[in-house]
Amino acid sequence: MKDHIKQCPEVIKRMKRQIVLASARKGEGHIASAFSILDILWVLYSSVLRTFPDDPRHEDRDRFILSKGHGSLALYAVLAEMGFFPSAEFDRFAEFEGSLGGHPDCNKVPGVEASTGSLGHGFPMAVGMAIGLRIKNSSSRVCCLIGDGEANEGSVWEAAMLSVHHKLGNLTCILDYNHSGDRALVLGDLRQKFAAFGWEVCEIDGHDHQQILMAATPTGGEVPRMVIANTIKGKGCQEMENNPAWHHKSPSPAELESLLAQLT
Amino acid sequence: MRRQFVATLERLLEEDSRVVLLLGDIGVFGFRNSFAKFPMRTINIGILEQATVSLAAGLAKEGFIPVFHSIAPFVVERAYEQLKVDFCYQSLGGNFVSVGASYDYAALGCTHHCPADVSLMKSLPGMQVVVPGHPHELDTLFRQTYANSCPTYFRLTERNNEMDRDVEFGKATVIQRGDAITVIVVGPLLDTVIRAVGGLNLTILYYTTLSPFDSATLAENCPSGKVVVVEPFYEGTLVNDVVASLKYRPVSITNIGVPRRFLTNYGAAEEHDIACGLAAEAIRQKVEECIHA
Repeated sequence: MKDHIKQCPEVIKRMKRQIVLASARKGEGHIASAFSILDILWVLYSSVLRTFPDDPRHEDRDRFILSKGHGSLALYAVLAEMGFFPSAEFDRFAEFEGSLGGHPDCNKVPGVEASTGSLGHGFPMAVGMAIGLRIKNSSSRVCCLIGDGEANEGSVWEAAMLSVHHKLGNLTCILDYNHSGDRALVLGDLRQKFAAFGWEVCEIDGHDHQQILMAATPTGGEVPRMVIANTIKGKGCQEMENNPAWHHKSPSPAELESLLAQLT
Repeated sequence: MRRQFVATLERLLEEDSRVVLLLGDIGVFGFRNSFAKFPMRTINIGILEQATVSLAAGLAKEGFIPVFHSIAPFVVERAYEQLKVDFCYQSLGGNFVSVGASYDYAALGCTHHCPADVSLMKSLPGMQVVVPGHPHELDTLFRQTYANSCPTYFRLTERNNEMDRDVEFGKATVIQRGDAITVIVVGPLLDTVIRAVGGLNLTILYYTTLSPFDSATLAENCPSGKVVVVEPFYEGTLVNDVVASLKYRPVSITNIGVPRRFLTNYGAAEEHDIACGLAAEAIRQKVEECIHA
């Protein structure tokens, strides 16, 4: 694991272009949600997680679960960038016979640990994996990413309780706090809430690579670690940033031109 | 049957280091020996069934064989989407063991009834459904299936048949052969049906596995095309299986099961049997109606 990482704007922009083009081609995809978490996933896969792209199910790997499965395009972009599968697969995004869909399928996509999409499932699955790794006396770790809208689900808080009760120091959860859920249910100070549940909590800028690296790097304690990542939904494209209209929207040709101009 | 479940699990925890038992805060005293001997793999997880089923899927992903035990409505209905997505969609193996269905906890009222369990579980692609009628059958069927990499629902019952039968997962057992009609009976209702149809010239097929349904045995043992289904859950649950088994043949089906309404009375399960038409006298009457129809 590294203790320092440079901001990598070119890599991030390249992946964002790939995401936008894939979405525009098929008229499908949650681009803004993907942009919200792309920096986090890039730092995790490039600098924090122990992964084996040539052997995705290697027993010694660290596990990452994208609990907010609608951010799948970010996960696909990072997995492709890391060599888990060829980037050409993006050409078949959301195709009938394609492996990359609007939500990830662990039985189709190398490197995807869990089939998510229904919110509130991935986090407790991560808890089960962390318990399983501990029974096996494994040094591998589990990292999970949830959204703030997802944190409306009761199962998220069930998982939060279980993680602390079972002293899952091998579990890190990152909360993508882009506030898109505020229009329905304002969650307020999540740092305080998870701390009250017994988590070790830190709060970062979810687009600052060095902060992500420091927050996601294991500390070796007995307490699960919650990283509240303050993010901007649609980060990097002005018309998309914090604009609810872009939650599940693909760009028109004119919009595509504008988006790509901002990503070069 | 619950005592047998404890005995079976105690042995499997000993024999198979992949087995992890998750209790929804029930049966904790019964499993005290397992808690003492296998503290890492015997967990009283608490009363949070949705997270528990997802957590069990996480264990399955790590190569373990989870066994989750709680009361039927909380295993099946509370955590139904987790069963669908986390186990069936992801093709993971796990075991879900309920007590209390359909109205075994009659006096606790409708919140603790669950006559929909088998119907719901049979709707999930890939979910195996097992309803033993005797403790020994539970042991046999559990051992045959618990590690076969499929999700499996086991419905334990408070009441069971006096003697066990020779059962095999996925196979129906022919209890007797006759010409007039074919009676399909599920799990713990076998003794009641045998009492009900004494002296009648009919076939009795005993089913303890409901998914996958043994179509071949029914197709081979239904010369009349008349079928009576006696099922200890919602009536009509097995209709599709019967029709599909007897494809291209005209078939008449009489369903004897739990009526599809809330059972708002309390009392004992035996009283509900009578009210639902699942006591021997009512079953005999319907069987005779079917024979003479």
